Amino acid sequence: MVMHAWRALMGIMGREGLRFIHQRERFISALVRPLLWLFIFAAGFRSTLGVAIIPPYETYVLYEVYITPGLLGMVQLFNGMQSSLSMVYDREMGSMKTLLVSPLPRSFLLTSKLLAGAMISVIQATVFLLIAAAYGIEIPAIGFLTVLPALILSGLMLGALGLMLSSFIKQLENFAGVMNFVIFPMFFLSSALYPLWRIQESNPTLAFLASYNPFTAAVELIRFALYGHFNLNAALITFFSLLFFLGMAIWGYNPSQGMMNRRA
Amino acid sequence: MNVPAFFMLILIALPQRPGMAETAFVSLEKDQAVAMVEVPEGTLEGTFKVGKRPRGIALSPDHQSLFVAVSDEDTIKVFDPKSHQLKGQIASGKDPETFVVDPRGQWLIASNENDNQITVIDLKTFKKVKSIPVGIEPEGIAISADGALIASTSETTNMVHWIDRESLSIVDNTLVDPRPRACAFTEDHQELWVSSEMAGTVTVLDTITHQMITKIHFKIPGITMEKIQPVGIQIDRQRQRAYVALGPSNRVAVIDAKTYQVLDYLLVGQRVWQLAFTPNQRFLSTTNGLSNDISIIDLQQRKVTKSVAVGQYPWGIAIAP
Repeated sequence: MVMHAWRALMGIMGREGLRFIHQRERFISALVRPLLWLFIFAAGFRSTLGVAIIPPYETYVLYEVYITPGLLGMVQLFNGMQSSLSMVYDREMGSMKTLLVSPLPRSFLLTSKLLAGAMISVIQATVFLLIAAAYGIEIPAIGFLTVLPALILSGLMLGALGLMLSSFIKQLENFAGVMNFVIFPMFFLSSALYPLWRIQESNPTLAFLASYNPFTAAVELIRFALYGHFNLNAALITFFSLLFFLGMAIWGYNPSQGMMNRRA
Repeated sequence: MNVPAFFMLILIALPQRPGMAETAFVSLEKDQAVAMVEVPEGTLEGTFKVGKRPRGIALSPDHQSLFVAVSDEDTIKVFDPKSHQLKGQIASGKDPETFVVDPRGQWLIASNENDNQITVIDLKTFKKVKSIPVGIEPEGIAISADGALIASTSETTNMVHWIDRESLSIVDNTLVDPRPRACAFTEDHQELWVSSEMAGTVTVLDTITHQMITKIHFKIPGITMEKIQPVGIQIDRQRQRAYVALGPSNRVAVIDAKTYQVLDYLLVGQRVWQLAFTPNQRFLSTTNGLSNDISIIDLQQRKVTKSVAVGQYPWGIAIAP
C-alpha cells in the first residue's frame, strides 16, 4: 500500500513537473508578471513610498526591497490558482477520472496534487528570487536557505486555496471570474505592496481586513524568513489556513458530501 | 612566565573586534537633550538634558569633555561624557550653532550666525580670545588635523574665509556655490571640501592657492535635484573615501576622495544632516533630522546596518571610544 501510494505521489508530481517543463510560456509569464512589478512599478514609486522601518528591517529600505517578498507571494498565489485551473481543465477533459478512480484515498490524491503544485511554486519563486538578487535586491546569503521552508508552507497554503476554489467551480469559464474576485482582492488587501501601518493611516477597516488576510501572513512569513527571522504569528496563520483550505477541498471533492455530487 | 601575565599577553595579542561598542552623543534640538547610542550595536543607552535647542556637539581631543552648543541659551556647555555632569560654560557669543575644537587643545572656535562673526575661545579659561568678523550668516567651520589651518563658510555671502592661526584674522576669501553649509579639511590638509546646500554641490579647494580643484555633483535616480542638499562632510584619514550627507534626499554619498567620483548613495533616514566617524573609522553615523533617528553605516561593507530612534530633531553627533 505504501509503495503504491509512493508511486502515485511520484506519478502526480512527475506529471506536474512535465507539464511545467513543457509549458514554457506559463513559466515565463509567471516570471514576467512579478518582474514587471519589480522593474517598473517599484521604480516609479521609489521616492514616494521609498522608506519604512518595520521588522524584520533594521534600517530604511528601498521600495523594491520592500515588495520583493510580496512579489514572491504573488508568484505563489498565481501558481496556486493556475494549478487549480488545471484541475478544472482536467475535470472537464475527463483526465481527472483516471486519477480519482485510483483505490487510494481521495484526500491522499488531492494532497499529492497539492504537493506537486507547491513544488512548482517553490521552483518559480526561487527563480524569481535569483533574478531579483541579480537585479540588485540585497538579500543575506542565509536568507536563500531560510526562505525555503517559508516558501514551501506558503506555496502549500496558496495551492490549497486554489484547490478548494476548484472544487467549487463548475466550469472553466467561471474560474476566471473567481481569479479576479480572489487573486486581486487578496493581493491588494495585503502587506505585499505597502506596510500595514500605511493602510492603517488611510483606512483602519482595510488594515484590519488585511491583517487577517492569509496572503498577508504568507508574505510576512516569507519576508521574515528572507532575513533569517521566524514570524511565529504569520507561520501559525499560514499553517491553519492551509489545514482549513485543504480540509474544505477534500470535502468539496467528496462525491457523497461535497460539491461534486451537485455538479453531477 | 606566570599565568596571569600569559593571559594578559593573549589578550593584548587578540585583534580588537571591529564592532567594539563606542558611544555616539547626539544633540536633540527639540528635546533639549543629548542621546547616547552604542555604535555599531545601535542601542539607545539614554538621554540627558542639556538646555534649550542644542545643536553643534564635539568631544575634546582627549575625549574627557563633551561640548554642546546650546543655541537658545547663547552658550556652549561642557559636560563630563561619562557622568554627564556640567563642568562649565563657555561664553560663545549669540546663537552658537557650529563649532570646532582645536586638535592642539588650545581653542574652541564657534560660528555666530546672527552676529556675522566667529569667536575663538581659550579652552583653559573658557574666555573669549577674539571675535573675527566674517561674511553674513557664518555656518561651516573647520580646522585642519594639525591645527594650522582654519576655515569658515558664510551661508549668505557664499564665501569661504581663510583664517590665519597666528594673527586670527582673515587672509583670503573664496567664492563658492550658494549656501555653503559645512566644510572639512582632508587629513593631509591639502584640500578643503565645502558643501553648498542650495547648489547641490561640493567644491574641493586647494588650501595653498585657495582655488577650486574640482566640483562634485550628485545625481540620484528617482530623486529630484532640489532634494539633493549637501550638508555634513566627513573624509577618512587615508583620504580614500569622503562621505556627504545629502539632506532631504535621505542619502549619504560615498565619494572616492582621490578621483572625486561618486561611488554610491546610501539610503538613510529623512533629512540627513550631520555625520561622524567612530574613532577607528570603521563605522559612520548620521543624524536624520525629520525621521528622529540616526543611521549607522558599516564602511567596509558600505551598507547601512541600522537606524535607531533617538528623540526629536537629532542635529549633531560626536562619537567617543
